[in-house]
Amino acid sequence: MKELLLILVASAIVNNVVLSQFLGLCPFLGVSKKIETAAGMGGAIIFVITISSFVTGLIYKFILEPTGFSYLQTIVFILVIAALVQFVEMFLKKQIPALYRSLGVYLPLITTNCAVLGIALKNVTKGYNILEGVINGFGTAVGFTIAIVIMAGIREKIEFNDIPKPFKGSAIVVVTAGLMAIAFFGFSGIIK
Amino acid sequence: MNKIVERLQNGIIKENPTFVLMLGMCPTLAVTTSAINGLGMGLSTTVVLVMSNLMISLLRHIIPDRVRVPAFIVIVASFVTIVQFLVQGFIPSLYSALGIYIPLIVVNCIILGRAESYASKNPVIPSIFDGLGMGLGFTVGLTSIGIVREILGAGQIFGFQILPLADAATGKAGYTPITIFVLAPGAFFVLAFLIALMNVIRANAEKKGKHITPATGCLAGDCESCGMGSCSGKSNVSVAKAETKTEAKDKE
Repeated sequence: MKELLLILVASAIVNNVVLSQFLGLCPFLGVSKKIETAAGMGGAIIFVITISSFVTGLIYKFILEPTGFSYLQTIVFILVIAALVQFVEMFLKKQIPALYRSLGVYLPLITTNCAVLGIALKNVTKGYNILEGVINGFGTAVGFTIAIVIMAGIREKIEFNDIPKPFKGSAIVVVTAGLMAIAFFGFSGIIK
Repeated sequence: MNKIVERLQNGIIKENPTFVLMLGMCPTLAVTTSAINGLGMGLSTTVVLVMSNLMISLLRHIIPDRVRVPAFIVIVASFVTIVQFLVQGFIPSLYSALGIYIPLIVVNCIILGRAESYASKNPVIPSIFDGLGMGLGFTVGLTSIGIVREILGAGQIFGFQILPLADAATGKAGYTPITIFVLAPGAFFVLAFLIALMNVIRANAEKKGKHITPATGCLAGDCESCGMGSCSGKSNVSVAKAETKTEAKDKE
């Protein structure tokens, strides 16, 4: 139990997926203009990464490893994730339209996200079992949501500030991300 | 021959993926802690890019249009796996430094972008050199960012001490490394200054009536061009939709 909690905290805060590993930078910079859209993106990411860590974990454990094809993991994972996101989108549309309305628009963006593939691969390299993998995926996605919502809050505030002309647009956002990364460095001593 | 030179020039200078198009930011920030890591990552990407462009160009009349993106992904992923094992086998130190970012070459926007926009429409030879040009352009970008971060963060280039370090114990004057530049926040700061610099260069060129290809990808707020998003083709629209939706809600 204690180990699972450690994995959760480590993946969500200490090794924040965007700010210290640079995975999922694209939606982090692209979809962080408003807190509401940022939170929607975060929700969609939590949903997809948790499911995909479970599914890729199952596939690795019960298909790739026993048959000795584990070297095909990159190819298999990326195809599985792409298909999974499409499937989740269709399923939500038909079965849970309320959830689809709030998350649906973000789902196609997520297939492309290197965070999803990155987590699947990381679960394998770290030798996590399926439960640990799902916890790691969930924690990472929560960390992403924390980062993108904070970023959106800051961006809403700095929108009207007097920013030097060359830094207008994405440059100031990246500076903000750097300052946030320094702030998150403060957590680095928590878990050895 | 002209076509070859033109392709190389296009990739390295005119449409340099790092400086001009600003693509593939995820590896750009993650692996450029030193010049040698940037070089290693750039060359690995170049190999994948050349091989996948070659293969996709060869198969361009065979792959049906509707399944082209999954087919491209399988081709790219196969070459990435091969490169991963080659690096692991022959340069284990680089492999441990780059780690998970080598398999993540699969989702690098540059590779699928070139497959989609060039290799799937052009003959083999130009496609190979298109991949080579783009790959070398990416390598130049990563290596130079790596050099800047390594000098500021450690006073070294490619591991050689360029700036003599200060030593507080003996009172020796010298350079005090700004360690943050080899850590994660430093990557963001270097990128921010790079974007600002390119904004200035662009504005100046625009004044003289010259045109520089605009940045694409995530930094231009266009998530569609990141990797596989280009396949679904609806991603950009959906973000716009989401944003107008929240704006409408704000007005209420």
